[in-house]
Amino acid sequence: MRNTFAEALYEQATKNKDLYIVVSDISPAGSMARFSAEYPDRFINVGVAEQSMIGICAGLALKGCQPFAYTIATFSLYRPFEMVRDDLGYQNLPVTVVGMGAGVIYSTLGGTHHTQEDIAVAGAIPNMQIIAPCDPPECTDATRWCAQQKNGPVYLRIGKAGEPVLTKDAEPWQFGRVRYLRRGTDVCILSYGVITKMAIDVANRLQAQGKSASVVSVHTMKPLDREGIADALRRHAHVIVVEEHAPQGGLAAWTKQIAWDTRAACRLDTFTLQDAFIHNYGSWEQLLASHGISPERILAAVV
Amino acid sequence: MESGVLSFDAAVARARCKRYRRRILDLSQNVSALHIGGAFSCAELVDAIYNELMRKPVAGDRSPDTFLLSKGHGCMIQYVILEDLGIMPKGELEKYCTPEGRLGVHPDYGNPGIVASTGSLGHGLSMVVGMALAERGRRTDGIIYTVLSDGELQEGSTWEAVLMASSLKLRNVVAFVDNNDFQSLGRTSETHPTLYPIVEKFRSFGWDAVEVDGHDISAIVAAVSQRLGDRPFMVVARTTKGKGVSYMENVPMWHYRAPNADEYKRAIAELEAQP
Repeated sequence: MRNTFAEALYEQATKNKDLYIVVSDISPAGSMARFSAEYPDRFINVGVAEQSMIGICAGLALKGCQPFAYTIATFSLYRPFEMVRDDLGYQNLPVTVVGMGAGVIYSTLGGTHHTQEDIAVAGAIPNMQIIAPCDPPECTDATRWCAQQKNGPVYLRIGKAGEPVLTKDAEPWQFGRVRYLRRGTDVCILSYGVITKMAIDVANRLQAQGKSASVVSVHTMKPLDREGIADALRRHAHVIVVEEHAPQGGLAAWTKQIAWDTRAACRLDTFTLQDAFIHNYGSWEQLLASHGISPERILAAVV
Repeated sequence: MESGVLSFDAAVARARCKRYRRRILDLSQNVSALHIGGAFSCAELVDAIYNELMRKPVAGDRSPDTFLLSKGHGCMIQYVILEDLGIMPKGELEKYCTPEGRLGVHPDYGNPGIVASTGSLGHGLSMVVGMALAERGRRTDGIIYTVLSDGELQEGSTWEAVLMASSLKLRNVVAFVDNNDFQSLGRTSETHPTLYPIVEKFRSFGWDAVEVDGHDISAIVAAVSQRLGDRPFMVVARTTKGKGVSYMENVPMWHYRAPNADEYKRAIAELEAQP
């Protein structure tokens, strides 16, 4: 996903000479090397100085430029939080803060490299928009959109590398609208970001059992498509939220709120990370399983 | 910039600053508190930037140069100068800190002449670096001026930006430290004695830096016009917090307080008696 981000950003940089990327000692491979070679003045590496990364992006945006800030999610959002809030949110500047490797993708690096509450943290800032693409093509669409929008700041939560394509047969991507990756009748799985591949896996296994499942990419987490989610709650007897995020302030909490507001009658199950730090190590799947998120656990919820 | 230096008249500048201080004192009578000490300490710096250093707008357009007040709490002086320049509409300052107005204790981006929201310290210099990069990228040649507080030099984020400005060779950054040696809780030199000498610290970070009397507008303008010009420039300005009103000078209480009616009269009388 990070490489498709780099490709899309390079493509946009060729069209817009005001597009900048300010990175903090980390850079996506591939096309980003071409970006920095061809546009050295618009590729800024601040080093390990994330507060300055955000402030510099704000200054560029105040002069009408279209900047991206890029580093690992914990360091792009948590470390410079007050700069994100004041410089970008309060001033409502069109800066995209890229949180790379969000969630618990860095599964062996420990809690300092996990973002379990980034949607809640970013979502609490007025004016902030949040996009979490589920696969590389969705990342391309989202990146292009971020490069052209002037609404205000965006937190773009992306994965690392090696994510499968999930959106081959999906309807076109549209900011602020939920996206059905497949449509079924028995169960609906709402998800976003890298973990959407687990939702597809679950849907495939349900299909083998003779059940049909919808899978929805809720790629835009703010502003949330409340109507789209309410519609999913209306159309399905059983809705399941699967997310790589703490139970508070994420899709599970929002979906429950929408279900209450719209008097939804469906069954609603949620699978989220726990409100607890992770001190164990292993693969991404093993970390998620230690917090109760696995295809088997989700399947067991479907009677 | 050079034409500003040629036409510079110290007596006129002094008269302006006296008028600005008086205007702030007048406005202080409308509110229970305001940042008066830190506005008075940087009056000559902000006056020099707006009235002598920044190039004049061409044909009603904005100046090609930019001023960002990093020490946002000093913005009373910025407000009254913007009013004097006709950028801030008349009457706006009378509504300062009221529901009818739009001006508050810290500068808010979008208000007339305010290029960034500051008030939280340690944000300004990084934004200045970004603005300077944008100017360089567009080859528009704009100079970005800024004023920091000495307390702001305790912020790690300030030093991130100091490092980047020189590493990026941003010759279009001209910054000032309002070195009044006071912050909310007392003397900076007592709480942070190892902050000094300040000028050498900036030089060792790759900046061109000088120290001047921050209430001597001639010295301020001369220092800027004599800068190397191939790297960012820092003026460490020796200033007095509350400058111009004896009972406010170097008294921490006047960081954020409005004079009462008697104090106001004394302050005005003192100002008027000054040359």
